Amino acid sequence: MNTNTSMNLSRRQFLVNTSAVGGGLALGLGFLPEAMAAASYTTLTPDEINIWVVVKPDDTCVIRIARSEMGQGTRTGLAQLVAEELDCDWSKVTTEMPTPGQSLARKRAWSDMSTGGSRGIRTSQDYVRRGGAAARLMLMQAAANRWQVPVGELLAKEGVITHAISGRTVTYGQVALDAAKLTPPDPKTLILKKPSQWRIAGKSMRRLDTADKVDGRKNFSIDLQLPGMLTASVKQSPVFGGKLVSYDDSKISKMRGVKGVVKINDSTLAVVADNFWRANMALAALPIVWDEGPNAQVSSDTIDAQLKQGLGATGDFWQRKEGDAPDAIAKAPKKVEAVYTSPFLAHATMEPMNCTVLISKGRAEAWVPTQSAEGSLAALAESSGVPIENCDVYKMDLGGGFGRRGGHQEYVTQAAQVALKFPGKPIKLVWSREEDMTHDFYRPISMAKMSAGIDAQGNMVGFHVRVSGQSLNALLAPMNIKNNKDTRQLQGFWQEPGDAQLGYTFPNLLTEYVMRNTHVPVGPWRGVNTNQNGIYMECFLEECARAAGRDSLEFRRVLMKNHPKHLAVLNAAAEAGDWGKPLPTGVFRGIAQFMGYASYSAATAEVSVSAKGEVRIHRMVFALDSGHVVNPAQVKAQIEGSVIMGLSAVFLGENTVENGRMKERNFDTYPLMRLKESPKVETVLVPSGDFWGGVGEPTICVVGPAVLNAIFAATGKPQRDLPLRKYGLTLV
Amino acid sequence: MKLNVNGRVRELDVEPQMPLLWALRDGLGLTGTKYGCGVAQCGACTVYLNGQPARSCSIPMSALSQAKVTTIEGLSPNASHAVQKAWVELDVPQCGYCQSGQIMAAAALLAKTPKPTDADIDAAMTNICRCGTYQRIRDAIHVAAGQKKLGDVLASYDTLDASAVSSVQA
Repeated sequence: MNTNTSMNLSRRQFLVNTSAVGGGLALGLGFLPEAMAAASYTTLTPDEINIWVVVKPDDTCVIRIARSEMGQGTRTGLAQLVAEELDCDWSKVTTEMPTPGQSLARKRAWSDMSTGGSRGIRTSQDYVRRGGAAARLMLMQAAANRWQVPVGELLAKEGVITHAISGRTVTYGQVALDAAKLTPPDPKTLILKKPSQWRIAGKSMRRLDTADKVDGRKNFSIDLQLPGMLTASVKQSPVFGGKLVSYDDSKISKMRGVKGVVKINDSTLAVVADNFWRANMALAALPIVWDEGPNAQVSSDTIDAQLKQGLGATGDFWQRKEGDAPDAIAKAPKKVEAVYTSPFLAHATMEPMNCTVLISKGRAEAWVPTQSAEGSLAALAESSGVPIENCDVYKMDLGGGFGRRGGHQEYVTQAAQVALKFPGKPIKLVWSREEDMTHDFYRPISMAKMSAGIDAQGNMVGFHVRVSGQSLNALLAPMNIKNNKDTRQLQGFWQEPGDAQLGYTFPNLLTEYVMRNTHVPVGPWRGVNTNQNGIYMECFLEECARAAGRDSLEFRRVLMKNHPKHLAVLNAAAEAGDWGKPLPTGVFRGIAQFMGYASYSAATAEVSVSAKGEVRIHRMVFALDSGHVVNPAQVKAQIEGSVIMGLSAVFLGENTVENGRMKERNFDTYPLMRLKESPKVETVLVPSGDFWGGVGEPTICVVGPAVLNAIFAATGKPQRDLPLRKYGLTLV
Repeated sequence: MKLNVNGRVRELDVEPQMPLLWALRDGLGLTGTKYGCGVAQCGACTVYLNGQPARSCSIPMSALSQAKVTTIEGLSPNASHAVQKAWVELDVPQCGYCQSGQIMAAAALLAKTPKPTDADIDAAMTNICRCGTYQRIRDAIHVAAGQKKLGDVLASYDTLDASAVSSVQA
């Protein structure tokens, strides 16, 4: 864990210090073969109107995208927002990605490049739209100057500027060089369009990056082929925290293509060869002695005991204390109590962890699928020892991210450590699937003890949730644990509006988090803690509704009077999902709502369960209020993806610890949902227009509970432990 | 050794036990075929051997004999296969990493079963997609087979539900 801590420190320093480092740094062009066109390198060119917009003489508008693209569609969505304000011809839009080195050299011109927390659009929409609007005004001013007319007489539309009085027109490309020389307007003075005026944003534009995904042309980072490149396969201590004692490289040194073994740190080594298969075969043949240390005694059973202990521990664990929930529950005529559990989960991105680094002539360069380009740059500089101004990172579109490739940049560090031993040679470091599966930063394990009191009329009088489990902040961001309270683990139970607010009001409420950390590394996983917490809350509430003898929807509505936005989305899902209407014999409905990443989600599910425990999902209806919708078709694609990832977790997903290491090593033991199991998803987008919410993550937290509640309705038995395949239920 | 790939015979100097996947990727630079699991589970490495879909990560070069190999790069000229066109029209891919394999599996299905039922699609499409594009894969196969109209499917992706909007505002 020392490497993580020092890396985090370094990254913080980097993020704080970057503006001081800025200005006056040379922008090297770097090493960029033609095959790398996919990683579109950005240079300062005379046709750069501003940092977001470049207009070519042929009217091509190149829009710069600072966030990482991992399938979520941010490249297209952000381009739509810029193009909207630029008023250009959408068919002439292309995109490119500035590098973090270029951003650093320009005083972090492109601001935050990190791509996580469903922030890509919601936290950059304002400044990228202003960038588009500023560029449009500059292009119009350039035309006004050329024609010696007031800019107010001009109209810009679809890339053409018109002076109606004189009947003259000019295209953006024809005035771009002049516009680029003008002083940009103050972004604060710009008036942005209302969504009702949008003609590019808000529409289901085709993605800008589909064509090369259908014929094998797209270069993912793992596909990189550079002259002289060598490939490294990595082995980390199977037991987290174990140490490398020795290895015998004489046993593999004569194997074909093998170039050597590099000890990366005290728990990691890599075999380098002329291709991946040879490196990986040699790694498998390399005798390695590990000191597994005391963590080898840890198993899933000992971790369960540790978490269970937390459920009963005494101490100061509260985060929300409104009234006296334990007292109200104790005095209530009806008491409901349940313990829920949720396992570790691997991200299992389809493209395994990898990074290519070239260290040559005092310069270090990395090609990496990263959710945190600046984090990758910091990791590269620190691990290579090359001054940061002589480093750069070329972002490659990710073959899946889901949170895995942001906060942890160890694959960059590893590739740099190996590249230091092979100066002048590009080193492509690739993790085998087994390495990827057994050395993830897993979704944190947790348990929840849920208690509620219900009065004689069936009203909730007290609600108490205690979560015991591992903390993300303890590993990733200890500075965010304030006054011994780690609020992140109770995401979704928060009081504050705007992000992950609990949508219910209880007369008495107590929320508690008991931190129980293990030696297993954890990290954010699509939806992060709203996954488990959404299940705990919504499934337990279902138990309460049944105990109270109330309809699931009506029971929730009563508790949601103070939360109209949560309620509206729940109503939208209920209405579209035909809540209360008859179903075929043997089919049952479930419903759930929850909030995360500033967006409101709700879902209904219709399922049947056979006597053998075969669960069939006949229909899912999903409602989302993300405030604004930049591309409906892509928002729906994200919802469809969330449903699959959420159901995979609920029915199939679990990583278990045996002798201190992860037992599941590949997709045969860590199964993922396939097409035949996937339900048809109907989506209802209900943007209320007065805020900007996320999409990729907030849409996962209601998937599990809606289906689990439908299974509860079908079987009469609540499902409190996951994954369901371990408890006799299979998805068919 | 010789390998017939996408209609050309290529010369390769690799070990007989090297899986076809790595010979294609590292030996011939045909990187459209992806590594996902190495144990024939995920299907990202799907290619054709004599026209039949196969998982190249688990087929050693020595087992190929005279087999004709087709990769995603050789599926059609200029991405003109009906499956590829439907994939583009419907924006099926998210990250795109698994999609070479998905497209190869879908094209093989249509070659055998030109008008597949949903059950046929369920049986044939066993590749893993972590982004969860399955719904659009199913739609795109039906569009490629001419069973669904492109416009109808696109319209279903595009709507903001007006009645639901009114319930939010109410």
